[in-house]
Amino acid sequence: MTVSPLGRRVLAHHLLWPAVTLALLLAVNAVFNPGFWHLQWRDGHLYGSLIDILNRASPLALVALGMTLVIATRGIDISVGAVVAISAATAALLIGGELVVKDGVQSHVSRVPMAVAIVAALAVAALCGLWNGLLVARVGMQPIIATLILMVGGRGIAQLLTGGQIITVYYAPFFYLGNGFLLGLPFAVFIAGAVWGVLHLLMTRTALGLFIQAIGINPAAARLAGLPQRLITVAVYVFCGLCAGAAGLVVSSNVKSADGNNAGMLMELDAILAVTLGGTLLSGGRFSLAGSVLGALIIQTLTSMIYSIGVAPEVNMVVKAVVVFVVMLLQSAEFRRAARGWVWRGATA
Amino acid sequence: MSAVAGRALPRRFDARHLPLLGTMAVFLLTAGYGSIAYPGFFSAQVFLNLLIDNAFLCIVGVGMTFVIISGGIDLSVGSVIALTTMVSAALVEHHHWSAVQAIPLVLAIGTAFGALMGWLIWRFRLQPFIVTLAGMFLARGLCYLISIDSISITDAGYTAIAQARLPLWGESASVTVGAVLALATVAAGIFLAHGTSFGRTVYAMGGSEASALLMGLPVARTTVLVYTLSGFCAALAGVVFTFYMQSGYGLHATGLELDAIAAVVIGGTLLSGGVGYVAGTLFGVLILGIVQTLISFDGGLSSWWTRIVIGALLFAFCLLQRLFEKR
Repeated sequence: MTVSPLGRRVLAHHLLWPAVTLALLLAVNAVFNPGFWHLQWRDGHLYGSLIDILNRASPLALVALGMTLVIATRGIDISVGAVVAISAATAALLIGGELVVKDGVQSHVSRVPMAVAIVAALAVAALCGLWNGLLVARVGMQPIIATLILMVGGRGIAQLLTGGQIITVYYAPFFYLGNGFLLGLPFAVFIAGAVWGVLHLLMTRTALGLFIQAIGINPAAARLAGLPQRLITVAVYVFCGLCAGAAGLVVSSNVKSADGNNAGMLMELDAILAVTLGGTLLSGGRFSLAGSVLGALIIQTLTSMIYSIGVAPEVNMVVKAVVVFVVMLLQSAEFRRAARGWVWRGATA
Repeated sequence: MSAVAGRALPRRFDARHLPLLGTMAVFLLTAGYGSIAYPGFFSAQVFLNLLIDNAFLCIVGVGMTFVIISGGIDLSVGSVIALTTMVSAALVEHHHWSAVQAIPLVLAIGTAFGALMGWLIWRFRLQPFIVTLAGMFLARGLCYLISIDSISITDAGYTAIAQARLPLWGESASVTVGAVLALATVAAGIFLAHGTSFGRTVYAMGGSEASALLMGLPVARTTVLVYTLSGFCAALAGVVFTFYMQSGYGLHATGLELDAIAAVVIGGTLLSGGVGYVAGTLFGVLILGIVQTLISFDGGLSSWWTRIVIGALLFAFCLLQRLFEKR
């Protein structure tokens, strides 16, 4: 059997397996939920299960994009969930908002202008990333420990900001981020898409992508080759913080409130899972931004599949665990060698 | 490198003991501050309660200390505790098992869970972080497969053990079975770490796995054993937690793995592996406990200050560790 050059290129493409997984999940979804593929135009925008998955996957995709770069430099950021909560709490606190009726005209009034609140939330998130980056690149802590500090402390800070309560936002323009539609598609999708687009250009049109890979493959060699290794590492963590901050805005806008206790809970694990599913190795080096976005979509599709089958959503964790086990075994060279051995022995026996 | 820890040159003060001494000093200072600042703080029962309320954390911490000294990490311990409470509760309440039957089974489940993860890590050269992360999801998910809701335990045997108090100094101070188990685990851990060849191999692996292999040490077996031990400790902690809460629930002990890692780090164990003390972990747990007690004694501070203070302590100790590593 011969495989055409095009076929071989498709088979060897790094996005093949994530794409196949997603396609399979979508197919299973369609079996359990006949109306799954159905899209309709309602209230001036598209409406349907697929759109819902896209909308809900956007915050995770944002976090996963930031995480991809961190993992590519051989790092990890387990504080993103806490940063999501901090950013959401900051925005909700600053906006607050109330409905004011003046001369019979209803208008929404925020505590500070929304743009200021958004910039402040993103700045706080970037500051969190800067803290992580400095601990990793300047102090020289292991990334998992450096970010563990903010994961533990940051959750406390988020609870401090919200006073342990759920802060409700009463300011309609803010809801646009997580619930609004642009050109018929959810606005959050455009945010995630824009971040991905900018990153993709940065990584392919400039040497930055190469630098990040070099640092991930061999940090010492990268530094000796004259790369500003520390600067890039700090920048990558700041960017990851920013992404988590943006995700926090989308999440809090979507639920119209900020919950310091639970916002972004376990999101770091989902983000790491998304990155791994997308084919980026946790040992650093080569990375795939598109893969991570696919990974986020896979996770969200899996979640909505479990909902539509009618199993308790908590069972999702077992499915996720099995997926992680399978993916990590497939990524292990040892396992592939062993598996080849089993197949070979089976064939000759 | 720490294989030379017991070298016969105690003339100069060993800098490696500094983190441990620092931990003890922080504990004593905090305890002293609390005793002066809050009336009623300086009593035997307050200090015994530190042990009683954190017995499960202490037991998990001992297992985690070995994992971290060996250069790995175990994120699954909190979920294994939840699974243990859930399986115990289901067996006792729904299937009318007695405590004597249920406890050995849940201990075996936790141990087997740890062994499986250790085997995967060793056999397929997988990263401990990811394997135990998957283990964490799996154990938590299994809890929900048993039941989504909390199952409270009304079995007489369990209640009797949970309410048993061993009196010390008459009526004024007493400890629970859990606290005794915690102290026994710490003692066993100290013996394992410093008195057996398994312990020496764990230290050697954490110092340098390649050197340990070249020395002919049983690295493969020890890797599996370290995670097995951690799984056993998590299950034992789960048993103690079942006594403490008298219920089984999938949301029990959420995030406990991070508290355990924090206790181990605050106890002076280096996260890069090879250096650490089981006794330090006991003090790490006590520090976490005393911070919580102080905050509850104060009354004016909200519970989230605990997390912020623990974060700050983690930061301070990690920074100290870096200073020691550089020397």
